[in-house]
Amino acid sequence: MTLKGNLKEFSFIQLLNLINLAKKSGALYIERPDETCRMIFRDGKLAFAEVENEQIPLLTILYEAGLISSAQKEILSVRTHGMNEKATGIFLISANYVDQTQVSSLLMNRFAEVVRRIFTWEDGFFRFEAGELIPDGRIPVHMDLENLIVEGARRLQEIEELKSEIPSLNMALKFTDRPDAEMRNFNLSVEEWRVINYIDPKNTIQQIAAAVKMDEIEIRRVVYTLLQAGLIEIVRPGGMPLRLPEKMFPTQNPDEQKSLVNRLIHRIRSI
Amino acid sequence: MQTQTVKIVVTGPFNSGKTEFIRSVSEIDVVSTEKKITAEAEKIKESTTVAMDFGRITVDDDLVLFLFGTPGQKRFDFMWEILSEGMLGFIVMVDSTRPETFKEARSILETFRAYAPTPYLVAANKQDSIDAWDVDDMRVALRLDPSIKILPCVAKKKSAVKTVLLELLYGILEEMDAAQSGSAEGA
Repeated sequence: MTLKGNLKEFSFIQLLNLINLAKKSGALYIERPDETCRMIFRDGKLAFAEVENEQIPLLTILYEAGLISSAQKEILSVRTHGMNEKATGIFLISANYVDQTQVSSLLMNRFAEVVRRIFTWEDGFFRFEAGELIPDGRIPVHMDLENLIVEGARRLQEIEELKSEIPSLNMALKFTDRPDAEMRNFNLSVEEWRVINYIDPKNTIQQIAAAVKMDEIEIRRVVYTLLQAGLIEIVRPGGMPLRLPEKMFPTQNPDEQKSLVNRLIHRIRSI
Repeated sequence: MQTQTVKIVVTGPFNSGKTEFIRSVSEIDVVSTEKKITAEAEKIKESTTVAMDFGRITVDDDLVLFLFGTPGQKRFDFMWEILSEGMLGFIVMVDSTRPETFKEARSILETFRAYAPTPYLVAANKQDSIDAWDVDDMRVALRLDPSIKILPCVAKKKSAVKTVLLELLYGILEEMDAAQSGSAEGA
């Protein structure tokens, strides 16, 4: 029987739990309009994970981890040209550039990153294709899901709390009126300083996130910290005075609107 | 002439007194969508609003004010945006005796503020209770800007409810004046 649905109804954490407990083997596809992820499981353990069109070559992974130098990467690129990932891995291990544990460990980190990325997805179609194997030429790992599930559950809880504190990213931020507060006395992180630079009632939180290249969770986390420190407050974008929405009155004539409010006031006083 | 209608939304956490607030001033029996509470954790009252409360104040032959109360429980929040459409302003009811709900009240306030740039205020309900928090302390706990009105309220007292509604309407007049002078300066 096919396992398919939407993350809105059955969360990614629940899916991982099911695969883990039922010791399933096969491929889990999760699709959103702009990206697709594929994860392969063997007996309930993660064997492989990738985001479509984001395949990172093994040499790049080793270079980013500091296991090979830039010069070595260039030479090895030439020597492993035309080899698939598995053949490249075998070549690197035989040539003593890395050992098998290092390769496995780096790939596990890479796959865990893909899984972490999906933790934040609230929407997306999923389907599980039982029995599907890891693509030819790719290196499989054997990764327990328990720790990822616990991490994901914690992350979801944090996301819920952040969303409750900052429900809308269409609001703006301004510095609180605290003449006694000296900004330079606060120990802010690099991320917090980057956000601070854009704080202005004209910028929505969404716009700030785009400017500093943060996702919804990262920007909420920084804004939450700054709010808790009493440095900023959430305001409506654009500053004052407000442009009142047209729909709030049955008439668009300002004098008639005022008269309407005055009639309401008069009536409520008389209750 | 067709009767004109305007609406004010009364929102706030579960059991903050929204239904009682509307009931105190509505000229009709409040049209309520209350259901018996089944969840043990929420059994601090017998029933709760699941879709909306609806009250009415006739101003004159041409004008009627509707008061809409939102459901307080988070799982019914899909109703909030629908109810906020075209509102004149909104009131966030907060139970002054239940500080554990302040965080949720803050979240509801931010959610409604994002729906529409209409005036609003906070009503600190149950101020007649010995356990009620001081309004100034609530302002700090709710992280309210000094420009936002927070008024002491007892939802079952008509006079207190009238004061809250009047303050919201005064606020609307102020916003209209500010918007008008803003556009006059810009011209």
